[in-house]
Amino acid sequence: MSADLAAAFSRLPEYLAWHVLLSASALALGLLISLPLAVAAARNRHIRWPVLAGASLIQTIPSLALLALFFPLLLVVSALSEDVIGRGFSALGFLPALLALTLYSMLPIVRNGATGILSLDPAIIQAAEGVGMTPRQRLFQVELPLAAPVIMAGVRTAAVWTIGAATLSTPVGQTSLGNYIFSGLQTENWVLVLFGCGASALLALVTDQLLGLIEVGAARRDLRRIGVGAAGLVAGVVLALLPLASFGQPASYVVGAKNFSEQYILAELIAERIEDRGGQARLKEDLGSAIAYRALASGEIDVYVDYSGTLWANVLNRQDNPGRQAVLEALTRELDARDGVLVLGSLGFENAYALAMKAERAQALGVSDLADLSRLAPQLTMGGDLEFFARPEWRSVVETYDLEFRNRRSFQPTFMFRAVSSGDVDVISAFSSDGRIAADNLVLLDDPRGALPPYDAVVLVSPERRDDVRLLAALRPLIGAISVETMQQANLSVDRDEGKVRPAEAARALARRLELP
Amino acid sequence: MAEPRIAIDHVSKSYGAHRALDDVSLTVAAGEFVALVGASGSGKTTLLKTINRLISPDAGTVRIEGEDAGAQPPHLLRRRIGYVFQDIGLFPHLTVAENIAVTPKLLGWDKPRLAARVDELLDLVALPRDWGARFPAALSGGQRQRIGVARALAAQPHIVLMDEPFGALDPLTRDALGEDYRALHERLGLSTVMVTHDMTEALLLADRIAVLAGGRLIAEGPPQALARSDDPQVADLLAAPRRQAARLAERLGGTA
Repeated sequence: MSADLAAAFSRLPEYLAWHVLLSASALALGLLISLPLAVAAARNRHIRWPVLAGASLIQTIPSLALLALFFPLLLVVSALSEDVIGRGFSALGFLPALLALTLYSMLPIVRNGATGILSLDPAIIQAAEGVGMTPRQRLFQVELPLAAPVIMAGVRTAAVWTIGAATLSTPVGQTSLGNYIFSGLQTENWVLVLFGCGASALLALVTDQLLGLIEVGAARRDLRRIGVGAAGLVAGVVLALLPLASFGQPASYVVGAKNFSEQYILAELIAERIEDRGGQARLKEDLGSAIAYRALASGEIDVYVDYSGTLWANVLNRQDNPGRQAVLEALTRELDARDGVLVLGSLGFENAYALAMKAERAQALGVSDLADLSRLAPQLTMGGDLEFFARPEWRSVVETYDLEFRNRRSFQPTFMFRAVSSGDVDVISAFSSDGRIAADNLVLLDDPRGALPPYDAVVLVSPERRDDVRLLAALRPLIGAISVETMQQANLSVDRDEGKVRPAEAARALARRLELP
Repeated sequence: MAEPRIAIDHVSKSYGAHRALDDVSLTVAAGEFVALVGASGSGKTTLLKTINRLISPDAGTVRIEGEDAGAQPPHLLRRRIGYVFQDIGLFPHLTVAENIAVTPKLLGWDKPRLAARVDELLDLVALPRDWGARFPAALSGGQRQRIGVARALAAQPHIVLMDEPFGALDPLTRDALGEDYRALHERLGLSTVMVTHDMTEALLLADRIAVLAGGRLIAEGPPQALARSDDPQVADLLAAPRRQAARLAERLGGTA
């Protein structure tokens, strides 16, 4: 426990700094856009409705989806700018998070701003005109000061929302306090999850109180309160950002990881090996499955581990299954030709999508492969991880074996294993290298008709780093070195309930076991 | 004859099908106090607002001290014309002193001149100088309207427009403020145009009364001249104050 806490605290300066930088920038940008919009909406009733409706519409998009949507959008814009001015930009990390959070912060500011100005006493507005103010003088000397308390209330709401939603920027590759939450959820480290939630809630609370001080100051025309609130905010942001002065320089190598234990362990392993050879390495964790490859192709990350079947179906859009070796060869050829990505080779184990059942349940029903399942499926409930039912592998399984389950439910992987153990679901999607399969006494169902493509774990290197001697020297010994049992064991050490270890420790244990050069 | 301070020439204003002002002409000379009277919706407030261009007429011209009011930026025109509002309209976020100094400040006066002017005006409207630091919310209605008058006079205008300035005050305060203002009007040589729905107030304060009905100017002249008018609407307007005066004289003993 205390080791977990110590580990959590050690990353706090970095996570908090990014979280504060991101939220403060988004809020500042949001204010800059929203205030003029609010004034325009208050002045002109023809644009009032579209502006307020637009801001409300943004709010109805789940924040995670909003964050994710900016990635493809920015990729297109970046490609355009590369065509036009010969320079692209990073579509991952800070920029999409900033833009999404900015949009997200706008509604309360625009709405309160427009309402605050519109609800002013018309006699005051007429007086401002009557004493000879220009429209601009009226706005700055009368309308904005009088509406300030209402506007500040909107800014407070926006600040709390933004700080909360910023935790969701982790999956698009932006470090934030969300890193605690996403990694913690994945490895079932509740201390980490609570730590992340607590830190972000505390940050929101403090910010809210300081903004509240400014709000009260604005209402009572108390400059001292406004001053104290503003000084507190500035000091807080500066203090929080200090660590970035040292973390700010880009690490020389960025190792990517998707959002599950095996990925964390392998990324830690790779990072450690880079650092052993004198390089600097930084992890970019919890990348979405679709985002990871594009991030590598565009040079956002330098190296990560993906699975041949995933690349085959999602990147090359292939549905056929020509066999393990053929898939690997085709991938190596085509990713190189298409994106300049180097497929360095397979780590030696497969982490295939497979369907799993509890051993005794499978035995009782007489199921040993997917073909057996087709006649029983209408009585069974299928559980999948969050993306499984949207993946081509699922369609392929359903079509090949004509499966029609009574019911299907999606889970975060940790809860999916709980659900199959407790009997809430009968069949789950699982990865063959998952240590919990053996530990929970599950069996993997055979796939006699080859509906599921092979999933060799392969090391991918970005176009910029494909000739980097130090990186390749760190990676080459890993090729073919990890058996599925070894990987299962490492995964289990992170995923199990009792005596679990952090991914970095599991990676060190794995390295010792492999006895690599 | 010298150029009138205000010359309203064949001014009309419509809102959709409603003619708020219908070909109205009126002049106000230097030092003159003119009251605009009429029923609700007669166009008296609309006419007042065409003078400082809070409302732009559809047709006709308004000349202020010889210059076409429509030919200059409206905010510059308004800084030259004092305005006392029906709802007083003090800025609640500014102190009494800041409220009084608002127009001179827009005109770019320096700080010592502003401070001196605020003191001068507080004296003029008979309020203690140290009230300058208070906020309007701390004052009574009558005191607030005194500040309203002070604000209107701050930039030393020649013309003051008043939109039912004393309507919301209790009768005693209203009477006292009316008299005080009339005295200021004399002392400063102002030209004042006051909208009121109270004929008695108009008769007591104004040199000349302009009567509006349905957007048209139906009668205009000093009180005695109006009293001789044979227009039935004008007679109606005068009937109530006459009746009240007669009854008061009767009840108070006939020799008041």
